[in-house]
Amino acid sequence: MASGYNAKEEDGHIGVVGLGGASLRGRKPENTAFKQQRLPAWQPILTAGSVLPAFFIIGLIFIPIGIGLYVTSNNIREFEIDYTGVEVSSPCYNCAQNFSWHSTTPCTCSIQFYLHQAYESNVFMYYGLSNFYQNHRRYVKSRDDSQLNGDISSLTKPSKECEPYANHDHKPIAPCGAIANSMFNDTLELFYIDPNGTRVPVALSSTGIAWWTDKHVKFRNPGGSTNLTAAFQGTVKPVNWRHPVYELDTDPENNGFINEDFIVWMRTAALPTFRKLYRVIQKKNNMAPTLPRGNYSLQVQYNFPVRSFEGRKRVILSTISWMGGKNPFLGIAYVTVGSVCFFLGVVLLFIHHKYGNRTNNADITN
Amino acid sequence: MEQLHWVRFRCQQLWAANHTQGWYSPPRPVSDKYSPQRSAGKRRTVLARWGPHQDEYHSISKAYKGNAIRTTKYSLLTFIPMNLFQQFHRAANLYFLFLALLNWVPVVEAFQKEITMIPLVLVLTVIAIKDALEDYRRYVFDKKINHNTTKVYCTKERDYIDCCWKDVHVGDFVRLSCNEIIPADMLLLHSSDPRGLCYIETANLDGETNLKQREVVSKMEEMEFVPEDFHWRIECENPNNNLCRFRGYMENPSGARVGLHNSNLLLRSCIIRNSEAVVGIVVYAGHETKAMMNNSGPRYKRSLLERQLNTDVLWCVLLLIVMCLTAAIGHGIWLKQLKNPIFEVGEETSPALAGFYVFWTMIIVLQVLIPISLYVSIEIVKLGQIYFIHNDVDLYNEHTDSRIQCRALNITEDLGQVQYVFSDKTGTLTENKMVFRRCSVYGVEYPHYDNGRRLEVYSADKEEAGRCSLTPRSSSRRKSLSCRSLSCNHSSVSLNTLTADSEEEEELSCTSQCRPSALAKEVVPDCELVTKLSWLCAPDLNVAHSCAKASSSLELAFITDFFLTLAICNSVVVSSPAQSLNVLPQAQTPLRSLEEIKLMFQRFNLSALPALPTLPPPLKSSLASKIFTQGKTGSFTVPKLAAEGCDQTPNPEHFSVNGVMDAPGEEEVPKLMFPEAAASEDAGAVEPEDTVLYEAESPDEAALVYASRAYHMTLKARSADSLQVELPTGGTVQVPLLHVLPFDSNRKRMSVVVRHPLTGQVVVYTKGADSVLMDLTRSPTGLQLAQNVYSHIRLQTQKHLDSYAREGLRTLCIATKTLEEEEYEVWLKTQLLAESSIENREELLLRSAQALETNLTLLGATGILDRLQEEVSETIEALQRADVKVWILTGDKQETAINIAFACKLLCPSDQLLTANCEDKESCAVLVQDFLHRVTCYVPDDSGTGSPSTGSPSTGSPTTGSPSTGSPSTGPPSTGPPSTGPPSTGPPSTGPPSRAGSVLVIDGHTLDWALQPELQGDFLELSKHCKAVICCRSTPLQKSQVVRLVRDKLKVMTLAVGDGANDVSMIQVADVGVGISGQEGMQAVMSSDFAISRFKHLRKLLLVHGHWCYTRLANMILYFIYKNVMYVNLLFWYQFFCGFSGNVMTNAWVLILFNLIFTSVPPLIYGVLDQDTPVDVLMAHPEFYQRTRTSKDYVSLMFWLNILDAFYQSLVCFFIPYFAYRDSDIGELSFGSPINSSALFIILLHQVVESHTLTWIHGLVFLLSAGSYFAFVLLLSVFCVTCSPPTNPLGVETMQMSQPAFYLVCILTTVTALLPRLMFLALKNSVTVRGAEQWSHSPSVRGSCPDVEPTGPVLS
Repeated sequence: MASGYNAKEEDGHIGVVGLGGASLRGRKPENTAFKQQRLPAWQPILTAGSVLPAFFIIGLIFIPIGIGLYVTSNNIREFEIDYTGVEVSSPCYNCAQNFSWHSTTPCTCSIQFYLHQAYESNVFMYYGLSNFYQNHRRYVKSRDDSQLNGDISSLTKPSKECEPYANHDHKPIAPCGAIANSMFNDTLELFYIDPNGTRVPVALSSTGIAWWTDKHVKFRNPGGSTNLTAAFQGTVKPVNWRHPVYELDTDPENNGFINEDFIVWMRTAALPTFRKLYRVIQKKNNMAPTLPRGNYSLQVQYNFPVRSFEGRKRVILSTISWMGGKNPFLGIAYVTVGSVCFFLGVVLLFIHHKYGNRTNNADITN
Repeated sequence: MEQLHWVRFRCQQLWAANHTQGWYSPPRPVSDKYSPQRSAGKRRTVLARWGPHQDEYHSISKAYKGNAIRTTKYSLLTFIPMNLFQQFHRAANLYFLFLALLNWVPVVEAFQKEITMIPLVLVLTVIAIKDALEDYRRYVFDKKINHNTTKVYCTKERDYIDCCWKDVHVGDFVRLSCNEIIPADMLLLHSSDPRGLCYIETANLDGETNLKQREVVSKMEEMEFVPEDFHWRIECENPNNNLCRFRGYMENPSGARVGLHNSNLLLRSCIIRNSEAVVGIVVYAGHETKAMMNNSGPRYKRSLLERQLNTDVLWCVLLLIVMCLTAAIGHGIWLKQLKNPIFEVGEETSPALAGFYVFWTMIIVLQVLIPISLYVSIEIVKLGQIYFIHNDVDLYNEHTDSRIQCRALNITEDLGQVQYVFSDKTGTLTENKMVFRRCSVYGVEYPHYDNGRRLEVYSADKEEAGRCSLTPRSSSRRKSLSCRSLSCNHSSVSLNTLTADSEEEEELSCTSQCRPSALAKEVVPDCELVTKLSWLCAPDLNVAHSCAKASSSLELAFITDFFLTLAICNSVVVSSPAQSLNVLPQAQTPLRSLEEIKLMFQRFNLSALPALPTLPPPLKSSLASKIFTQGKTGSFTVPKLAAEGCDQTPNPEHFSVNGVMDAPGEEEVPKLMFPEAAASEDAGAVEPEDTVLYEAESPDEAALVYASRAYHMTLKARSADSLQVELPTGGTVQVPLLHVLPFDSNRKRMSVVVRHPLTGQVVVYTKGADSVLMDLTRSPTGLQLAQNVYSHIRLQTQKHLDSYAREGLRTLCIATKTLEEEEYEVWLKTQLLAESSIENREELLLRSAQALETNLTLLGATGILDRLQEEVSETIEALQRADVKVWILTGDKQETAINIAFACKLLCPSDQLLTANCEDKESCAVLVQDFLHRVTCYVPDDSGTGSPSTGSPSTGSPTTGSPSTGSPSTGPPSTGPPSTGPPSTGPPSTGPPSRAGSVLVIDGHTLDWALQPELQGDFLELSKHCKAVICCRSTPLQKSQVVRLVRDKLKVMTLAVGDGANDVSMIQVADVGVGISGQEGMQAVMSSDFAISRFKHLRKLLLVHGHWCYTRLANMILYFIYKNVMYVNLLFWYQFFCGFSGNVMTNAWVLILFNLIFTSVPPLIYGVLDQDTPVDVLMAHPEFYQRTRTSKDYVSLMFWLNILDAFYQSLVCFFIPYFAYRDSDIGELSFGSPINSSALFIILLHQVVESHTLTWIHGLVFLLSAGSYFAFVLLLSVFCVTCSPPTNPLGVETMQMSQPAFYLVCILTTVTALLPRLMFLALKNSVTVRGAEQWSHSPSVRGSCPDVEPTGPVLS
């Protein structure tokens, strides 16, 4: 009767919990590689000799990559104009001085510049802001994704996260939140000044600047996009906005929440100095460059205030490559790290030469 | 003699108290656990449940627990609240709770509320599941036990009916049959055995498989047991956990009382053996049974590493506070510079207040920095480590089928930090398998050369054992024995005999571990003694005369009494497979023949003098023929043969020569040596003693009984009141047993009072420690001649005892005393009084026993060999090479201890031996100072030539060096006058400089002085300079004091290893307590942290598992902290670019799960599986152990190095993406994506770089970790449209991963981050591997003795 009964296990206190349940006899541990900790193992012993090749290989791979990246980055055309209007000489000085979110008469200024090189491929037009902390914790949170996704209930009852930009005059704000409220609202136009002096407007495409997923999945107008005015009935525009959300654009495919400028703005930037894609200048079919070298004029409808936080506004014209915009850093970094590796490889070679014979026969741990 | 030998056996003795008397409890308790509690006023009354006093029964028994047990902590309903309540007692969980609550405060809210709950919920769930599983296991087990059935008496049925265990109540009568388990503690009221005995096996309780005898409550066996009529009232102690004690009485309505003892109690979960049916009344049930009350949970100790870890965690807290403060101040300043920016949300707050809020926000954001989950991880890692230790096949003992038991779950890494090992001697270093080696009777030494040689042969055959199969072993052994004996050198008994070949031996005994092995059973009698003894039954006078010229009749009486004592003065249980235990075979005493001897005895004993060889009894021939006619040829033949053999060989040298010369003689030699075997060859003569087995609690008792059997004084059976002994003459006599005065540690002796079978007198036989017994023996006042004889005997015996001790034998003295009837009557009264008293019975019994054991006559002494366990010297050598100091704390004699120390190579012949024996404190102080001076001036390298200048004038003296091989003439190493001779090792500088050190030998008295506060410092200083310390004659209390002193004052990690009850206190005091489950029950094991079965296992346990566990855990902790710091710093650097607002560039889910899931398993794997050095290297080079241990600053230095590295890596990991994406249209989460991925790669690859071994498990875990991360973020980026407001992960990862820049950044970041560590490791390994090389090529550096023959200072 109950010959296996064992008082030691009577209340499970003795022995290792979960391990003591072996039968009384034959408690010999299994002689398996796992249980005896004899699993075949790779024992990486990092000595000068064994690390040496890795350093050289890294060096040999990194340096060419770095050079490639550097060259690629250098081939990118980029042009940047600051139009903040801080200096008195700046054309936008006046607009910057007397600013109001709600001025009815837009202040316009125009900046002339000269492109020394022709831009061959598609040109991306960015606006850049400095010292604008779009990544401030409370700013980042101040949005309602459900509302932006076309949720009717969220439209009329914005999330608390949007406070204090959720309601205005007891009406829900659409789109609610600080991000939407502070949306960049300068209008930028680019003109090519012919050698003969005529201003030719450059065609700026305002679609295709937002992520596909944002445009088609994340952002949706409430009640479809048939009649936006009706859909946004009962809501008010954000405080700082001049037009309600359904008047952002005339194209119904680019209006309301799915307005691409809006979508781009809503994807908050990681760093306080950032640029956002504003327009794309598509390359024409013929062999002519997208932006030939010559004089250009940038016409700015100056709406967005940056002086309160000592910010800067820029316009950037840039081509892009397979690795993104112009940034020589990666190339330089690759070359540097590659060189360091190579140098360390040499050092290790020296050490290996000095201690090598010893480390070989002392390889007792193998 | 070992004074503590008795202590150790005390408990086992009490277990099987097969005597009607109670037992003595020492006035000073061995440990608190067993301190006698005065139970006055705290009693329980038990009445029969169905007995005549129904009403009273119900009123009394209400309070008593039923027999159902419930060891579960929770029930289904209470599980959640109780478990939560218990869990929130842990500081870690409170921290999580605090964070979760903090996140509910809107102004500091960092993440969505549910996200901060995740860590808490996860940890709580994991632990709750673990608890629930454990509890369920217990529940199932409880249920199984509670539903066991047993036979319980029921009045309605008027019979015993089946009943579940849980329905048994106090007061029930339970009937059990053979092999049934006892359901509750009950008093034995009836046994089918006519003598009222029953045997129980306590293996379930303490692991001992020998049978313990229990007896029916006295007076109950006389009457017919009828449950209905049981009207006794039982008064006994309240439930307690003392397994060895039970006191109470039974009272019948008329007021007559019967005492109740431990021997009446059947304990729960023991098994009934050898008894057809027993009935008992339940006195304790369920949780009140002694078995249940002895179950305590696993031990909890804090390991050293965990304590160090706490300081590191404090540093982390400090770091966290600094980081949060930085953020708070930064935010304040940043806010101050701004004038109403458009990105400022919410109402205007003052910068200071906003900074304050940010401080708390940052605590939530950077919470991972406090490695709270580390504590959970450490627990899991330790479980894994224990799993592997538990499963190590090298720590498994085939013979006892026992693995190592890890009883403390959380100090595995302390095994790698041990600096001092305190070891018990008997049973720990030695086998604790006693073999009778030699004896001295009547002042004459019987060296038992053949016996010694036989033991040697056992050792010598060890090598051959592989080739020889076991079956022909005995015959081949016999042959080899006779051959070997020719060349054997009698003059030295090598210490080889001390080292055991347990393997072979244990194979013989593996079927029943407790049964004495063949080695112990076979004792080759000394032929001189055989000759003398054979005279008792010699067929004619001539033989007797020629043989026993020197022997007197008094001597003969001494010898007979001596062996009679060996046979009866013990508590062994006689069992034989052939016949039932409880049936006492009818004695067939050949009365007439015995009468003759009786006459002889009376003459010797009464007159005791003159001690002249005058009287050969005239009737010998008739006696012999009587035996012959009774067909006892076997037993007769042997003495005769022996006598002849001895005739031919007057002394051993002749004997061996004779063996060569005389071919026919050779045939007789084996017969002489194996009389039983020889006898059994005689057809028809079936020797019953071949089948008799003795089961003793202490192995040396069995050894003595087997020894006496070898001389044909065979204990054949025993009952409560008589013993049956077969005499050398062939007759069997009943020895009426009057009293047994069992062992106790104070008296250090045991006595039996019997009525002498031959003379009819009341005789006391005592055996005990020589230190005590020698003082109790007196020369009988009387004639001068007698005085001379007795003092001569005393003197000689003392000499022999000393030489035994030097040989490493355990010594016992045998003494006797004849009581006059009146004397006995007087003593009997006090004894009965003592027995019947309840209150202070122990004390009275002690006094009564002491009164009896005076004026004894010394008969002789025995030397018992306790051989070293296998691989003890290798283990000690390895430990010493690992720079672990080994101390031996033993209760043994100084000489014995030193000899064992030599045998196990703790001592080298070249070592300086400092012996401290002081009488008072002053001399002790002087001596310690003197030693200290000597030791500090002593240049070890000169040990070969320079000897310490002069001997000390004080009592103790350093004796330098000890005789090396083959110089037995040199004096004993420690006794005698101070010897200042130069060390006798040959040329001083042979081979490598043997780093001889000093070894301090200190005895119990001196230790007492040395442990006093004033001398502690010097003593410790001295011991620090000594290679080893041997404390002999120390009490359990002293053992623990020594351990505590070293542990507390030197601040070192101590390990105590022992096997017996006397080591319990030491094991409990030490940082790591190791119990050896051996011959002495489970006391030590129960109190230990780790229980092993052989001393040699300590080597792998410490050197390999300890080393691994420590390095693994230390590395794991460092890695864990590194990982957290590294990851948290990424978030911190981001604060510089988000206005210190507490924003993060990662989705909150990813952030929380990154630590909790994606990178949680690799550290665990690292902590469980990593092997920084392979097994064989660790075993072969114990120095690695030292390296790990001595690197104390390792942890704190490495901690800061890791923090630094983490800072560097996080800088790289943050700023490379920063510069790469600076001034681009990068979104917040898109920026976080390559940072997170790089961090993951860096963290995983960092572990690859740090790991010493990588198996497929590592690979799998890395893949799963990385895979789970990418799967999670990709799923999030595909499906999370509005799931995780306000962050916006939709499309981020898919977009990023479609861009080459992402990969370029990740690669660059990962490589750059790991470069320094890679470089550092490469450089470090290139340099330090040289160290390992040194060890691998140079011979053993220290600790080990130069290779002399293992023979130590042997003196015979």
